[in-house]
Amino acid sequence: MTLEASSVSFRYGREPVLSDVSFTLTEGRFHALLGPNGAGKSTLFGLLTRLLALQQGDIRLGGVSLKKQPAAAMRQIGVVFQQNALDLDLTVQQNLMYHAGLHGLSRKTARNRCAQELERFKLSARAKDPVRQLNGGHRRRVEIARALLHQPAVLLLDEPSVGLDVPSRETLNAHVRQLCHDDGLTVLWATHLIEEVQPDDQILVLHRGHLLADSNGHELCQNTGTSSLADAFRALTGEDVS
Amino acid sequence: MRLRDYWYCFLAIQAREWLRFWQQRTRFASALVRPLLWLLVFAAGFRAVLGVSIIPPYQTYITYETYIAPGLCAMIILFNSMQGALSMVYDRELGSMRVLLMSPLPRPFLLVTKLLAMGVVSVGQVYVFLLIARLIDVEPPALGYLAVLPALALTALMLGALGLLIATWIKQLENFAGVMNFVIFPMFFLSSALYPLWKMQEASPWLYWVCQFNPFTHAVETIRFALYLQWNTEAFAITAIITVVLSALATAGFRPQRTRILGVRTGGR
Repeated sequence: MTLEASSVSFRYGREPVLSDVSFTLTEGRFHALLGPNGAGKSTLFGLLTRLLALQQGDIRLGGVSLKKQPAAAMRQIGVVFQQNALDLDLTVQQNLMYHAGLHGLSRKTARNRCAQELERFKLSARAKDPVRQLNGGHRRRVEIARALLHQPAVLLLDEPSVGLDVPSRETLNAHVRQLCHDDGLTVLWATHLIEEVQPDDQILVLHRGHLLADSNGHELCQNTGTSSLADAFRALTGEDVS
Repeated sequence: MRLRDYWYCFLAIQAREWLRFWQQRTRFASALVRPLLWLLVFAAGFRAVLGVSIIPPYQTYITYETYIAPGLCAMIILFNSMQGALSMVYDRELGSMRVLLMSPLPRPFLLVTKLLAMGVVSVGQVYVFLLIARLIDVEPPALGYLAVLPALALTALMLGALGLLIATWIKQLENFAGVMNFVIFPMFFLSSALYPLWKMQEASPWLYWVCQFNPFTHAVETIRFALYLQWNTEAFAITAIITVVLSALATAGFRPQRTRILGVRTGGR
């Protein structure tokens, strides 16, 4: 399923945070949203997830407007937030069941889906453990498993690797790419870490609320006359990326 | 959207609230200490100086403990609601709020269900309190315990919605101390929880009117009458209307950017 943002602008009070941002996420592809802290990534995520109300422009999922048919659009979205959104005192299973219920799944369906997702993420053995006992990498996997419980077509991840060590970060990144490949999920992965982006990815560069580029890594380098993504980013924004 | 989606969502939110209650049962037990101190210590001391004449719904002279028990029930809900609302917007509940708001169901439904679920846990605490109060001869009729349930639930929703409204819109009250001083204490003391309003009228007519305009007074009276199997139409109607208005305002006016749900509070800029 495609996700299309058209002419999205947003301001907090008088302060513009996003200015006329338009892009399309292609079905079954991994998209990287690259931008330094303060670029407007979290605001864009707020809008994509309906936490923030659209002020200008629209976001469509498979043609369904988030503004006009929010419920139908939200069913297609799975989200992993930057900050922990798990209940640390509850078990992995209890966290997943809560999410499933919020999406209107019956207990029976929810139990089956939980078992499937936990199996896929190799977390079945941890189902009855309180989340507090899991390490950072496992918690992130639980959050992704949870985001997929209601079988969305689009997965949005807002800096999911923040706070993880390098090996966990790489594993997580590879895992999501695999999902994209296996299930045809449309993925938007926001990051400020260039090493999480690959040249074949479709890359959206967001800087101070403006979308400066929307192309794959090779084109990005070509257009900026640079030889690496880091250089391309620097050429576009005048800033270093981590 | 199918009706059963709403039902499963409602059940999931309730179930989570009870799971959390069970995980944190010692914290909830300690929340009972405050009303019990009021009942066992404050009331014992004040019984000597405060005579309570026969007023409805009581049919005989009552002890001061009996008089303040309904007010203390409402106090339990008041503290819990304010604490719950603050945690929804600022701390403990932020993660679960993010997940909650990702549901495709309408936001007002999600928020009201969440407030109700938190209220149900408060109501559970009220029943434990009432059982303990029975040991010191606060003995409403047995059916009163059942009759008071809707009054307690209504109060919980009213105060939960008030808490959410305050937590979302009044930046200065983002810590519990502020809410205690500017919301909880004024609401509690300027009500019929601790003294009958005719006493207050004797002391100061304008304070009496402040109490009359305090929705908490009417919640306390609804609880008091229901507990003694009487129906106070005026108190119930006022409580119900204020509940509906506050719920509508709190849910329609809910803005995640005014909270920490997005990660940082941005609305103040």
